[in-house]
Amino acid sequence: MTTDALIWTVIVLLGIGTYLIRFSFIGLIGDRRLPPFVLRLLRYVPVAVMPGLVAPLIVWPAATGGVPDAPRLLAAVAALAIGAITRSLLGAIFGGMGTLYLAQALL
Amino acid sequence: MQASPITRTFLAGFVAGTPFILVVVPFAMLFGVVATEAGFDILQTMSMSFLVIAGASQFAAVALIEEQAPVLVILATSLAVNMRMAMYSAALVPHMGAAPLWQRALAAYLLVDQSYGVASQRYDREPTLTVPEKMAYFFGAVMAVCPLWYLFTYVGAVAGAAIPPEYALDYAVPITFLALVAPYLRSLPHLAAALVSVAGALAFSVIPYSLGLIIAASLAMFTGALVEIWMERRA
Repeated sequence: MTTDALIWTVIVLLGIGTYLIRFSFIGLIGDRRLPPFVLRLLRYVPVAVMPGLVAPLIVWPAATGGVPDAPRLLAAVAALAIGAITRSLLGAIFGGMGTLYLAQALL
Repeated sequence: MQASPITRTFLAGFVAGTPFILVVVPFAMLFGVVATEAGFDILQTMSMSFLVIAGASQFAAVALIEEQAPVLVILATSLAVNMRMAMYSAALVPHMGAAPLWQRALAAYLLVDQSYGVASQRYDREPTLTVPEKMAYFFGAVMAVCPLWYLFTYVGAVAGAAIPPEYALDYAVPITFLALVAPYLRSLPHLAAALVSVAGALAFSVIPYSLGLIIAASLAMFTGALVEIWMERRA
């Protein structure tokens, strides 16, 4: 598949998929309850997917040809620390990118 | 002229949603920039923000498209990062279940972190709200942020093409995910799940088609749930 076709396929299917997730309970399932263990698992989906999704991008960045890079690692630590302490999405993003630029300038 | 109760609740929802403009505007711009850098044209970038309307899913999809992962893996991962919407959807049933189907269908499309957060707080505080008032409040909160999501995706996409590569914007994607996930890490089950996810994703990175990520995420989900049960038993 060409990149263009891949992008369009993902856009359409992801649009349908995210809609169905949101519509699921309000629209279809109504008041029926899910088993407690399923709800428990659902609670951990974001934290199970996102760290694994980015770990290789952080440890082996494509921009350095897959070689671990100190400024990028520092930036990741800064974003995590700021986000965990302040719970601020933008604070963590700008703090992380700021750390990256600072470390690239200094190291 | 006195505004009707419905109009007033709509406006109250709108006002409650406005603080999130500060989050949505830069986040939307960042998506526009990142998607453009990844090779999306403006129509594709806008279509994604319009049809998917979910920041984390969109960033995940862009990252995996760049890695040329198979469609099924891209979809599974991008949908998984947005599974919390299923929980929001479930939580809104007692409040919205009695609304007409078209309103529920529209609310489902507009269900985002901000609209859910603002609306559910208000519903808890004021249980006497009627169903039409609840719907009006929800739609008001959404109107403060969703149009800006589209508009600033566009601004970002146009600006993105003009930003030189030394700004390392490729790295904005991982940083954004860390920022999304960091607030969860203050609880032990979430931290355990995150560590298993990272260790698994790195260890299984040799498995083709990014399937290692799916395996790592499944293990991490069970880790979180089991640590939670273990902590409840000890408490």
